[in-house]
Amino acid sequence: MLTPYTRQILQYSWWTVILSVLLVMAASYGIQFLDFKSDYRMFFSEENPQLLAFDSLNKTYVRDDNLLVVVTPANGDVFTKENLVIAEKLTKALWQTPYSIRVDSITNFQYSHAIGDELFVEDLVRNADQLSVQQINEKRKIALNEPLLINRLISPDSSVMGINIVVHRPALDQDKETTEAVEFVRNLVNTLKKEYVDLDIRLTGSLILDTSFAESSKHDMATLTPAMLTIICLTLALFLKSLWGTAAIIAMMVLAVTGAIGLAGWMNIAFSPSSIPAPTILLTVVVADAVHILTGYYSALELGLNRKNAMTDSIAVNFKAILFTNLTTAIGFLSMNFSEVPPFQDLGNITAMGVGLAFFLTVTFLPALIMLLPLHKGRTGIGNSRTLARLANFIIDYRNTVLFFLVVITIALIACIPLNELDDEYVKYFDDSIAFRRDTDYTTANLTGVYRIDYSLGTEIEGGISDPTFLNQVDAFVQWYRKQPEVMHVYAVTDILKRLNRNMHDDDPAWYRLPETRDLSAQILLMYEMSLPYGLDLNDRINVSKSATRVTTTLHSISSQQVIDLEERAQAWLAANTSAIKHSGGTGATLLFAHIGQRNITSMITGEIVSIGVISLILILVLRSVELGLISLIPNLIPAAIAFGLWGLIVGQVGLAASVVAAMTLGILVDDTVHFLSKYQHARKQLNLTPEDSIRYAFATVGSALWITSAVLIMGFSLFAFSSFKINNEMGMLTSTIFGLGLFAEFLLLPPLLLTLESWKSHLTRSSTYHH
Amino acid sequence: MKKIFYLISLFFSMSITLHAMTDEEKGYAINREVERRDSGFGDSIHDALMVLRNTQGDESKREFTYKTLEMTGDGDKELGVFHRPADVKGTAILTYAHGLKPDDQWLYLPELKRVKRISTVNKSGPFMGSEFAYEDIASWELEKYKYKYLRDEVIDGNDCFVIENIPAYEYSGYVRQVEWIDKTIYQPRRIDFYDRKNTLLKTLTFSDYNQYLGQYWRAGKLEMVNHQNGKSTSLIRTNYRFRIGLTESDFMDSSLKNVQ
Repeated sequence: MLTPYTRQILQYSWWTVILSVLLVMAASYGIQFLDFKSDYRMFFSEENPQLLAFDSLNKTYVRDDNLLVVVTPANGDVFTKENLVIAEKLTKALWQTPYSIRVDSITNFQYSHAIGDELFVEDLVRNADQLSVQQINEKRKIALNEPLLINRLISPDSSVMGINIVVHRPALDQDKETTEAVEFVRNLVNTLKKEYVDLDIRLTGSLILDTSFAESSKHDMATLTPAMLTIICLTLALFLKSLWGTAAIIAMMVLAVTGAIGLAGWMNIAFSPSSIPAPTILLTVVVADAVHILTGYYSALELGLNRKNAMTDSIAVNFKAILFTNLTTAIGFLSMNFSEVPPFQDLGNITAMGVGLAFFLTVTFLPALIMLLPLHKGRTGIGNSRTLARLANFIIDYRNTVLFFLVVITIALIACIPLNELDDEYVKYFDDSIAFRRDTDYTTANLTGVYRIDYSLGTEIEGGISDPTFLNQVDAFVQWYRKQPEVMHVYAVTDILKRLNRNMHDDDPAWYRLPETRDLSAQILLMYEMSLPYGLDLNDRINVSKSATRVTTTLHSISSQQVIDLEERAQAWLAANTSAIKHSGGTGATLLFAHIGQRNITSMITGEIVSIGVISLILILVLRSVELGLISLIPNLIPAAIAFGLWGLIVGQVGLAASVVAAMTLGILVDDTVHFLSKYQHARKQLNLTPEDSIRYAFATVGSALWITSAVLIMGFSLFAFSSFKINNEMGMLTSTIFGLGLFAEFLLLPPLLLTLESWKSHLTRSSTYHH
Repeated sequence: MKKIFYLISLFFSMSITLHAMTDEEKGYAINREVERRDSGFGDSIHDALMVLRNTQGDESKREFTYKTLEMTGDGDKELGVFHRPADVKGTAILTYAHGLKPDDQWLYLPELKRVKRISTVNKSGPFMGSEFAYEDIASWELEKYKYKYLRDEVIDGNDCFVIENIPAYEYSGYVRQVEWIDKTIYQPRRIDFYDRKNTLLKTLTFSDYNQYLGQYWRAGKLEMVNHQNGKSTSLIRTNYRFRIGLTESDFMDSSLKNVQ
């Protein structure tokens, strides 16, 4: 069945090469639809209940995607005429930002004050160039005493100011809209920097976060994939000792990778920082197939076969192993579809498609191309290694001791897994090479935080927010929140109401408190709203039926667990101290990220169980033995467990990556086991060797190959340690650790397990014969 | 019959004069005709119901009565009295429109029993939390805008002049408006509002026109849709009455307390 097929392919090698290249090119044509996602929401599935809650809050008020321009004047004081002129100018210019709906700064802050029965509502700073020193000092005093401004748009020492732009993208082509807005602000800032050379300006906010995801993806795509390709070229050239062979494999891999990316384009899968590793992973996992085919071919040539027969022979020998190893690898990646996080589904699907393509090319394009290339020779396989033979003997002699130590170490390290704390601080997803990280760290240290929790505090009654009991409870909540050490700023309408109440009473400081009746609150709010300019209204604080109000808390840079703890404390406080407030959980991007690690682990558990199930079925089928199939799972599952234990001991914090690495590595790890066990079985059944000698045989035949493929895997995956994106970084370190451990498990754990199984079996057979 | 003949001849004479003008002059001339046709109503009163909707589909209602006193030589005087929501019932807002100068504005807060003068240049913020800005509702004065005739267009079966209005007063929330003026009744059918970065912000459509005193057309329904935040507001105006004998003494800040 197989041999006639191979003969056809080799007979019409030109046709095979042309057709397969055409097919892949059709797939690659999709590259033109390739897109990079720039929206932090990509990490959350549409069904995520926390995302739904956040969306509902955004619909009730205003979705506050933002850009924050952080300005630090060189003289260290915002309140000088020159700096206020800059602030006023910048504020005005930023209103031109595409899709902006609101711009807030210390200059356009709507300062209300009263003289007798006349209420003034005006920009805090207007026509800054005409202000006297005394007036400027007056403005400073007002700004630094304004709870709405301090630690939000002005630092307490007045050295840093922020201008916040709320952007509402229509989402017709959101990536383009994000770029438009961000480019506009960046250009404006650059022009300003040219004019005022010693001005320090930084940019942060959710749109910069969005942009940074795309920029980080492009950066990784441009560096990691070529780096991996280079590594593979060198490794192959050294290993195969054949330039033609190396060139053929590289051609095949480039086709597989471009094909996979193109298919992603056809299927409208946009690349994101978490799916960008797909091409690199692909290069790493498919190289083994090609190497198996070529080494088989070269050794058949060595035996004196002609080219066609040598290739037919090689495919006949390797086909089954290649098919099954590709299958398990694909299943491992496909199981990522169970992930809660769509970019991981993309990563899984793109890689799985690539693995499929690579398999197709390995049995069509590659052998046909070799026929067309000049006749050449290369390494025939990996010779016996004395070190490996010694290792085999050592394991056989000390199997019980080895097993005992391994079991103890494994248990000890598995016990360390709970030391891992889930942490998804999205600012820390990026390393210092990304401007977003540097600028955000600066902002958090000098002006205000970027982590926020939003609350919608409501009553059941239309207009109910004016109720004094409700307002007092909201205020108590705000005051409680301000006392929490994690908190930098709390933005609530109660501060505005207190100020207005004071304004209504001749600006008497004694009246800086909430109005005593519902009607008064409602009436002064109506009056204030009537006096606000376009964009600076209260619709982001109060819903249309005036039955709920939004409280936004800004936090220091704290870990996911601290965010969750804070929110739990807040909920407990609300439950214990408020009766008039309809309960509502906190929401926002920060909490979404804080929970995503846990949610993803929960969803991936199903994925991993399914993939373990399917892969063990495949193993049972391939090995035609239930007990071998099952026992072979052990050395494939333990490395991930140990890696997490080690990680818990050494690092302690783990993000989104944690949940997918186990599923991802399992499918690749079993490849080694399949190779090792098929040789072992071959020795036991065909060669009738003892279990011990079969182990020695397996070591001798595939030991070196496993060593080399593991080395490629470890090199490939540890490349991700150079990614600027932390999820990839952690994924790289975890997976390469797992592959390293996997090799050890293959060598140290599997043989003693096999021997123990054999002695058990022989014991059982003997005792059952005895009973008869 | 006579009237129709009059209208037709007027239309033709208008279109002849309009031909010889620049687009700016033509835009101004059309709006001057709008003003001419609407002048002389004296005073009016109507009830207003606002229905606010957010993207979530939540609705909220506001009710008020609106009185207008036509002034010659200056902008109109206007008095709004709120009835709903209940907690602002009796709150009254009095405005003296002044064309290009900032308007004078007083507010009466029944809970405080005090009249407060509001000193602000802002009238571009939302009116009672709706998608209408105060500047969208306040009385229209010819000199508030610079005009430019753009084209003729038929919308919803109504033959219209399309005119660009550029606010001439400071602190408008808009950089420009595009207005469809019905050629028959010389009243707006639709206005597109462009924000300060010149992107389409809102669309206001006028419908259910009725004619009063045989001359003055008033829309019974105004629908404002905000394209940027997805929210919308309907303004239903009912119970129009004209020349009910309002005088300046009804529009004094000192009389605000007695508007109930």
